[in-house]
Parts: sequence; C-alpha cells; structure tokens
Amino acid sequence: MNKDQKKRKTIIPVGPYHPLQEEPEFFELEVEGERVVKLNIKIGYNHRGIEKLSESKHFDQVTFLVERICGICSTSHPFAYVQAVEDLAGIEIPERAKYIRCIIGELERLHSHLLWLGLAGHFIGYNTLWMWAWKYRETVLDLCEQISGNRNHYAMMRIGGARRDILNKEIDELKKKTATLTSVLNMFKGAVMDDPVIAARTKGIGILTKEQAINYCVVGPTARASGIDIDVRRDSPHNSAYNLVEWNVPVLPDGDVFAKVVVRILEMLESVKIIIQCLDRLKDLKEGEIWNEVRDIPAGEGIGTYEAPRGEVFHYVRSDGGNTPFRHKVRAPSYMNILSNEVAVIGGDIADACITLAAVDPCYCCTDRIQAVENRPACPLRQSSSEASHSSGRKLKYNWEQLLKLSQEKTKRILSIKNQVSK
Amino acid sequence: MILFYYLVFPGFLATFILGGIASWIERKLTARIQARVGPPFLQPFYDIRKLFIKEVTIPENSVRSIFMASPIISFASVSIVATIVGLNLVNPNYSFNGDLIVCVYLLLIPSLCLILGSGAAGNPLSSIGASREMKLVLSYELAFWTCLAVPMIKTNEIRLISLMEFQAQNGAIASSLSGIIAFIITIICMQAKLGKVPFDIPEAETELAGGAYIEYSGPLLGFFKITQYMMLVILPVFLLQIFWGPINSWVSILKYLVLLVVIILLENTNPRLKIKQAVKTLWFGLFPVAVVSIILAVLGL
Repeated sequence: MNKDQKKRKTIIPVGPYHPLQEEPEFFELEVEGERVVKLNIKIGYNHRGIEKLSESKHFDQVTFLVERICGICSTSHPFAYVQAVEDLAGIEIPERAKYIRCIIGELERLHSHLLWLGLAGHFIGYNTLWMWAWKYRETVLDLCEQISGNRNHYAMMRIGGARRDILNKEIDELKKKTATLTSVLNMFKGAVMDDPVIAARTKGIGILTKEQAINYCVVGPTARASGIDIDVRRDSPHNSAYNLVEWNVPVLPDGDVFAKVVVRILEMLESVKIIIQCLDRLKDLKEGEIWNEVRDIPAGEGIGTYEAPRGEVFHYVRSDGGNTPFRHKVRAPSYMNILSNEVAVIGGDIADACITLAAVDPCYCCTDRIQAVENRPACPLRQSSSEASHSSGRKLKYNWEQLLKLSQEKTKRILSIKNQVSK
Repeated sequence: MILFYYLVFPGFLATFILGGIASWIERKLTARIQARVGPPFLQPFYDIRKLFIKEVTIPENSVRSIFMASPIISFASVSIVATIVGLNLVNPNYSFNGDLIVCVYLLLIPSLCLILGSGAAGNPLSSIGASREMKLVLSYELAFWTCLAVPMIKTNEIRLISLMEFQAQNGAIASSLSGIIAFIITIICMQAKLGKVPFDIPEAETELAGGAYIEYSGPLLGFFKITQYMMLVILPVFLLQIFWGPINSWVSILKYLVLLVVIILLENTNPRLKIKQAVKTLWFGLFPVAVVSIILAVLGL
C-alpha cells in the first residue's frame, strides 16, 4: 500500500471518548462513504490490575474485590469466583443458599438487560424507549436494595453459601413486585417487536452467522441469538438452584441485532419465572441455614463459571494452601463478544455499525485484563518490526502464540518470586 | 421602522422569545412522555446565555471564514423569514408578490449554512454529518416544494396574504383532499427541516457525537441554537398560513400548539432512520403521493 492510498482512508473514530459507549474503548471504523469496510478494535484503556490485587487479599476479601470488576455484573463475578473456590476445596452449599444465589443472579440479569434495552433504544435515537426501560429498571433495583441493602453491589456471595438471608416474611412482597415485571416485559416485547421503524433499523443488521459465532467463541445472548444453544446455568448448574427450577433457554437462529434484542427480552421473562419459583421454594426452607463453615482452603486449583448477563464468565483460582489465591484468572464474556464485531459490522452503514457494536452489550471494565504499553523500545512482544510499522506504526497486536508465551512467562515469574519468598 | 420590524417585532427578538417558549414546551412534554421531570421554564434562555459567555474554539485545520460565517448567516436569514411571516400577520401593507417563494428559499439557507460550516470544520465526523445533511436536504426539498405547489394551484397566488384571504373566504386549503395530503407530507418534511427524530440523522448523537455541530462551541453554536428555536416557531406558522388559515384569532394559537404537539409526538415515538432509509422514504414514498396531490389539485379536489 503506497502513501496516497493510505491517505485516502477515512476513519470514523468511535471512542475512546464517544457518546455511544460511556466506557473507554476505541473502534476505528474505516469507511468508504457511509459503508464500513474495516474495523480495528483497540481495548485495554481500563486495566486496573484486579488479578494482581487478588493475590494479595485473603479468599473472603477477594469476593468483594471481584465484585468491583464491574458495576453491572457485580454478582456474576463473585458467583463465578466462589464456584471456583468451592470447586477447589470440594465444598457443597446448603439448599437455601442455592436459591438465594439464583434470585440475586437473576435480578442482576433483569436490571442489566433492562439497562441494555434502554441504551439500545438510545443508540438508535429512540429516547422514549430508553427512559421507559430505565423507569422499570428501578423496580428491579428496589428489589435488590430490599434484599441486599444495595442497588448494585450486593455482596451476597460467600464461599460456602450466601452471605445474607432473605427473610421469609418479606417473600410475599418480593414476589408481588417481581410479578409486576411480567406485564412490563410483555409490553416491551410488543413495543419492540411490532415497531416497523425498529425493525427497519435492526432486522438483517450486523449479522453474525452461526459459523462465525463458533469461530469467535462468542458466549451468552450474542451466541444464543446466532443459534448456538449454550447457557452455563443449564449446562453446569453446580452449587446453584438452576437445575431445581423450571425454565427455558431462548435461542434464535438469525444472528442479527433484532434477534439479540428479542433473545434478551425473552431471557428476562425466564428470569422472572426463575425468581418467582426460587422465592416459592425459599418459603418451605428454614431461615438461617445459608452457609457451611469453611475453615481453610487446601492447595489445588478450581474453575468457576457462571452465566453473567453478557455470557459465560470464567474464574480460575489456584491455591498453594495459604490464605490468599496463588493465581486468580478472570475471563469476562465481553472479551469474547467484542471481537466478533470485527465481522459483524463489515458492509453495514455507520449507523448500522454503531448499533451492532452495542448489540453485544460490551463491558470494558470486565474485559480489560491486560494493558499493552506502546513505544517501549526493547519490547520482545512486539510483532516483527516490519509488520508492526506496516500497520499504522504504533499499533500493538499480539497473536495467539505470543499471548500464550506471555502468560507462561508471567506464571514462571510469579512462581519464582513466590518460591524465593517461601525460602 | 424596517429595522425595528427586523430586529424586535415580529423579527428576531419576538420570534426568539416565542421559540424559546416553544422549545421549553417541547422539552417539558418530551420529559413528561419519558417519565422525567423536565427543565424549568427559562432553561432554553439559560442555555443561550451560557453559550454566549463561553469562548469560541476554532479547529486548527478548519476554513476559518466559512466556519465562522455560517451560523451568523443562518441566523440572519431565519430572522428575515420571521419578519416576512410575522409582518403578514401584523402589518399586511409590507407584503409583496412572491413572498412565499422567498420564504421557502430563505428557509433553506440554515441547512445550507450547516452543510458549509460543518464541511469547513475539518473533522471526519462533521464531514459525515455534512454529507448526511446534504442528502437529507435533497430528499425532503423535493417533496416539500411539490406540496407547496398545491395551494399555489388552488389559489393562483404566490403571495402569503392572498393565500390567507382566500382561506378566509373559502375555508382552509387543508380541508380539501389534495390540501390535506400535501399538508401531512409537509409536516413530515418540516420534521426533517427542524432536524428532529426520526430525521436527526446529520446530528446523530450516538453515532457521530453531534455530527454536523461537533466542532461548534460558544456563541457560534449559540447562533445555531437560536436558529433552531426560531425555526420551531416560523415553520409551523408558515405552514399554518399556507394550509390551515386564516390566522386571525386566538384559535390560531391552538392550531399552532396542535402542530407543535404533532412534532413532539413524532419525535418521541420513533427511532432515528438511517440516511438511506430517509432518502428512500422521502423520494419513493412521499414524493409520488405529493405528485398525486398536485394532480388532485389541478382536478379541483
């Protein structure tokens, strides 16, 4: 590519500061007129060193730490983390705790999906939908506050069970409030599915075919809207009540933005079903039996997964028998989903690209586990210099082998440091 | 006296104040529809005051003269329309033959200024905004002009005051079949002229971060805002004069409010269209209907 051709590219920047998404991320849309021909994704503006911090806190403190990874999925991360530790130590939890975990997890899904539905409305310029979705999100947040004392950071998870109980005398009221959501969600379902202009803006837009979805390993509603029938809640319901209640996993084959909207709305209806069933079962169980005492965590490793609102969240915890995790690895769902935009936005207009980018419900504070520092002269990880200078000069891009090597080196480094300390 | 008409009443100042009030009604009603509280009564004027005490930032690689002149020209031309349209109501002596055509031309200038100004800003987002505004103008002006032919055919006049006199004697033009079709289409075109949802495509906050307006700040943005406020009064009143006259009693204010509510409802019950869809709707959806209304008008319906 010579210089003249390079100059002719028009780049529409979406980010790092852009009203489309209020988090730092950078999508470079290469456009020809209004048509998007290429998308460069740059993430990593939001790295906070959570995994490193986690290694310096004891196992119970980490529950609170991982809650702070993301304000929206603030119960999915602890859920997956406690699953990982329970897997490590082989802990079973009381039945009551299982129901409580599910209730708070589903409430979180409800408020997250309502938040997204509103934002999606805002992104296509439908501010009334935005405000109405958020109005009813308040009901969910009130429920969360009644149960946990907080609208967003619930702190309900605990290794070996739940941290707080739901009082039996409050259950009827909680159930009544939750039941009001069904009619609201049906209203949204009608409003979104019957609106011709919404259909014109979202049907057939940003299609991610099943094959592409599998290649990019997308998870959660993004995968289910592309016809992949996966859901961690159903597929591995360890230490939760999802196998004890009746519910369905909505799957749609189309893969466009409209399918993603519909999948999320149907999921919310399922969530309401789950919550009501769980509340019913809670009434029959004895109050107070919400956790099993956990004395110490043996050496070993454990894996925890949970279906966060955006898809499968994965936590890996390794213990050396001490009171802190030896290594704690987090992989959030958006990390898999965001990259699928690379194929989904190509060929659409700028307007299509914007709603497609938002349709995977990206969450950057979840995603950013790594920060690439540019301009470091002797960085061994940089791609071969010819290749690096070829593509825009300052861009760092790791391929699979390089990333694998990076992680292995890091693990070795941590091992050697810890060995020295223990000696 | 002309200068008074132009600057104070019914020109700039009066229209600006009315426009501020209309803008407040729009924002308040929008807020109530969306289950919010909405701004206080004087908020539109606070906004303008704020913009005029802020500094102007001019992008380094912009064409300075065009960038700065555009908002002022746009504001000045809208004030002229305000004067012409307003004088027809308060002092018909000043009306002249062909003022309808002049008004429509002057109403086009804000859009042209926006295209020029945002094209001169030297920002990729604003140039996309400019190109979208250009496509939008091309698409809605066709249907708009075609519809305006209907009252001209019906009355054989291109003078606003004669149109109103005709309607005072024979009833509103919108009460005939061709008139009502043309009126509805012009209302949709008016939505596009005002740059409101579903036609806020050049601005498109969540796509282009303000698009055409992105580089404007301070008083220059203030002039554009004033233009928008004034357009919110002038355009509906202009359409009332042409289609839903006569304007001579307090009932006319109700008619204006009806039009305003229609604008607000259209704005709040629709997502933003894509530019392709907008062009398609206006050219292949509305324009043929507008042609039909002309044919009906010629047939005397």
